Amino acid sequence: MSLDARFALDYGDFALDVCLQLPASGVSVLFGPSGSGKSSLLRCIAGLEPAARGSLSFNQQCWQNDAGQRFVPLHQRQIGMVFQEPSLFAHLDVAANLRFGWQRTPAAQRRAGWQQVIDLLGIGHLLARRPDRLSGGERQRVAIARALLASPQLLLLDEPLAALDFARKQEILPYLENLPRELDIPLIYVTHAFEEVVRLADHLLLLQQGRVVAQGAPSQVLSRFDLPPEFADEISVVLQTQVTDVDTHYQLATLQAPGVTLQVPASGLWPGQARRVRIHARDVSLALHDHPDSSILNRLPATVLTTSPAEHPAHALVRLDAGGSEIVARITRRSHHLLQLAPGMPVWAQIKSVVLV
Amino acid sequence: MAALLSPDDWSAIRLSLQLAGATTVLLLLLATPLAWWLARSRSVAAAAVGALVTLPLVLPPTVLGFYLLLALGQNGWIGQLTQALGLGLLPFTFGGLLLASMLYSLPFAVQPLQQAFAAIGPRPLEVAASLRASPLDAFFSVVLPLARPGFITAAIMSFAHTLGEFGVVLMIGGNIPGATRVLSVQIYDHVEALEYPQAHWLAGGMLLFSFVVLLALHLFKRQREQT
Repeated sequence: MSLDARFALDYGDFALDVCLQLPASGVSVLFGPSGSGKSSLLRCIAGLEPAARGSLSFNQQCWQNDAGQRFVPLHQRQIGMVFQEPSLFAHLDVAANLRFGWQRTPAAQRRAGWQQVIDLLGIGHLLARRPDRLSGGERQRVAIARALLASPQLLLLDEPLAALDFARKQEILPYLENLPRELDIPLIYVTHAFEEVVRLADHLLLLQQGRVVAQGAPSQVLSRFDLPPEFADEISVVLQTQVTDVDTHYQLATLQAPGVTLQVPASGLWPGQARRVRIHARDVSLALHDHPDSSILNRLPATVLTTSPAEHPAHALVRLDAGGSEIVARITRRSHHLLQLAPGMPVWAQIKSVVLV
Repeated sequence: MAALLSPDDWSAIRLSLQLAGATTVLLLLLATPLAWWLARSRSVAAAAVGALVTLPLVLPPTVLGFYLLLALGQNGWIGQLTQALGLGLLPFTFGGLLLASMLYSLPFAVQPLQQAFAAIGPRPLEVAASLRASPLDAFFSVVLPLARPGFITAAIMSFAHTLGEFGVVLMIGGNIPGATRVLSVQIYDHVEALEYPQAHWLAGGMLLFSFVVLLALHLFKRQREQT
């Protein structure tokens, strides 16, 4: 079960040249700066870039092949799409928008129930409204529901939150997080916001100037030391943690990942909850001994795995094993030299900040 | 009022309305695919056809009528075709007037439709395709409803413009009572005969009608912009 694609697209001032394999489940995120070709790649997968040469197959179905004798048009691919700007049909009310794809899906192919999708996106009270009477967030939720009701085998989302303000994003993200689990539909999600990457991605593809520069599990990709310079500040690990305890006196929650115990402010956290956290390399410093007399709460014993020069000549990157979870640290090259860091050395990682995502 | 207008006047009014109605219906059928192609194609051919379609806007109606008369005539290529098909010759018939009117009013139907189609853009079609609609299905279920204001404008403009034509009619249809003598020609005849009161009734009526139609169109557009 996977999506295999190779595409070459040349617009003169921009060229896309990619080869990728995505898992046909969970959320795959295409990430990159604007102009990196992530939206073009998504459109190639949808079959909306007829000029693209290459091949594409999804779960043993060939949608496009090299020789060009096979090209399945979008309406026969059973692909759902959600675009950045609200693209509801202006001449139809919400219910009729939702019915558009639903009616065109043979009953035997329907995988999501009408009421199930409406409840999942929380749009039951909007059915009689016209699109121009909806807020931006509501429109996007209706657009997602409309796509799901056509029972796609694959859902493509092109920066669906980019046009929304922070509050609207927070309103929609939980719905998106639930989708793959609730409906078992693979998602390919284009974004240039790290928050969405870390929160949603099961598989991450990094694009730059029309090429795939890294791909894999988000933590693996984001913790690579060879990320392109514009991502140098983003080098980080993503840990899947469990909330084990909430200290009501200090309002601190304890999060646990293999070998790692972290304490963070307990806003909206309760025991038993699963949360992803992101720890930036730039927020981790190293010491040879534990310093319980410092204000830094999260100090972890770890072992140096590798060290490497960083993008800036003043910096060095250190990969650590903290009892089963990897952590990365960005320190100065001078400190690296003074501490005489080498693989296998025991150190203490001092984590200045943990981002809950 | 019946006494003010002669049977000939009424016949001319009826003929004008028939001509304008038939022209509008046929023109919308023809202009829809043409405008769709012009709105979407980037080819040189589309640019050339776009210019051709616009020609009637700038050409004197007599020029258009003259060439049509030649083409439709006994030795013209359309004339030979209609004769071969057993339709006879079109000049000085209602059919000939209809053809000429369609050509003359073509830009008034194509341009609003083309603008409406262009304004819709490719996105709704992409969305429709992602919801399993074939291109033809999407055209009828998405494009046509979204282009409704364009169709209303195109219909009103084609109808009103056909009602008001004179030069082409005279060249191609002449002045045969009950067959090709439309309102504008009837007015001309009244004026030629110095029958000013009759001319006034017809001319004033047309002025009022055209004004009301255009006013309705503007109000319709303004209302749409507000919503």
